[in-house]
Amino acid sequence: MIAARAGSVRRAMACACIVVGATVAVATARAEPRSGIDYAGADVRAMQDDDLMNPGMLWVERGAALWSAGSTACAGCHGDAATSMKGVAARYPAWDAKAARVVDLEDRIDACRVERQRAAPFPRESEDLLALTAFVATQSRGMPIAVDVDGPAHAAFERGRAFYTERRGQMNLACTNCHVDNAGKRLYAETISEGQPNAYPAYRLEWQSVGSLQRRLRACLYGVRAAMPPAGAPELTELELYLAARARGLPVETPGVRR
Amino acid sequence: MAFARIQVAPGVKRGDAVEVRISIRHPMETGFRVDDGGRTIARNTIKEFVCRYGAVEVLRASLGSGIAANPYLRFYITAVESGELVFEWIDDAGERGDTKAPIVVAA
Amino acid sequence: MSPPSRRPWSLARRRLLLTVPALAAARVLPARAAVDETIPGVRELTEYLAGRTPRFGRLALDLPRLADNGNAVPLKLTLRGPFTAGAELRSIRLYSEKNPVPLMARFDFPVPPARAEIDSRVRLAGTQRVTAIAELANGELLAAVADVAVTISACLDGS
Repeated sequence: MIAARAGSVRRAMACACIVVGATVAVATARAEPRSGIDYAGADVRAMQDDDLMNPGMLWVERGAALWSAGSTACAGCHGDAATSMKGVAARYPAWDAKAARVVDLEDRIDACRVERQRAAPFPRESEDLLALTAFVATQSRGMPIAVDVDGPAHAAFERGRAFYTERRGQMNLACTNCHVDNAGKRLYAETISEGQPNAYPAYRLEWQSVGSLQRRLRACLYGVRAAMPPAGAPELTELELYLAARARGLPVETPGVRR
Repeated sequence: MAFARIQVAPGVKRGDAVEVRISIRHPMETGFRVDDGGRTIARNTIKEFVCRYGAVEVLRASLGSGIAANPYLRFYITAVESGELVFEWIDDAGERGDTKAPIVVAA
Repeated sequence: MSPPSRRPWSLARRRLLLTVPALAAARVLPARAAVDETIPGVRELTEYLAGRTPRFGRLALDLPRLADNGNAVPLKLTLRGPFTAGAELRSIRLYSEKNPVPLMARFDFPVPPARAEIDSRVRLAGTQRVTAIAELANGELLAAVADVAVTISACLDGS
């Protein structure tokens, strides 16, 4: 009897080890990031998949016109955007040596406006900046997000990660509470996504317009009743950088369609 | 400024039903939204929309606040001969928009 | 932490608890057999009908059962042929039951199209029934209705 019991104890311990081992393996293996479009309904997917139905393409087309407009047009230096801008959006946000900080694509476009085109910067969320950003970003459509968070951008990346994991607002929620802990679960009539940034600037049905990633982040902060930093604030840009790093490998979908 | 993107089905013969799709940049303001200052944003929808095939009007529409912003329309016309489709519209604010697209019809 | 102790439920209570959700489910789940062809009593729509009774069946109105967002709900109208001479398609009107402006759109066909199909996206101010009325050249009216559930967004967006 004692021998049988010892054998069964050893078997139980072996099983326990396998289960623990398997759990540890699953827990440490990084799950592939999933785009918001995976969590969207069929109608939203159909709108994004068809360039004529996709209202975001109206902004892209406007951006194409702006790209070639005026005496100091973007096209004057950068030529055909399909060639010169290919892969650019996939690398943003990025460390900008001249500005000595991390900048997003909107910042970079406005910097060009001021420094090279000798023109006033477009205000954040203005039609023109959204159009140009969407136009530049769509040149990377289908390419995997590939931001660099080593080197000078690393401190900003860490600050972005800290922001992402910190509870805030009247609801005392951190981004992780919804987008990591409860991605895939229902919140009222909607399914919580992973909060990936790869489709921005995107046409949001709620906005009835294209909007930037920073607008989406500010909307989330409003949703948890937290203070919204102004558009362009460094904490938002650093959060964008963290999100892009987290989304590494996901294809750029700009102009995305989201509800 | 309102503009539109068009798609006309290619490879059609005389008598075929031709799919036409249009996406118009227009806010289609309902007149019920309020801006940050608390002021009502005036209603502005596409009062009249016309599609002409050559000289012939083939579709006329009035799109109210019940049609979504940046309106999308997909409809069919009957192919007669190669020519031009002209789309014109006027909104409640009196602003006009127009765009054209060729239609190629095999005999 | 030990689980809370439970009193065994009486049979009657258990039966009641099972009946209530079943009744609720029966109301929520659409009945496949009978299609409710009631046209909402919206003033503008009633005025347009002017006492005429439209026929159901030939006109199809497709809308999602549950909208992703009330701001843009995809809609499809299809009128089955054949189109006999004198009974060509002249116009289609779309009416909302709950929107502040009931007449959503009006489409006129000066030239009868070879295929009567219209797709668009509509704005719906809440869960409601949408009604489409097609008028033919001979004055005949055809109708279709569709119910759409529209929920508010899970998170408020003040951006």
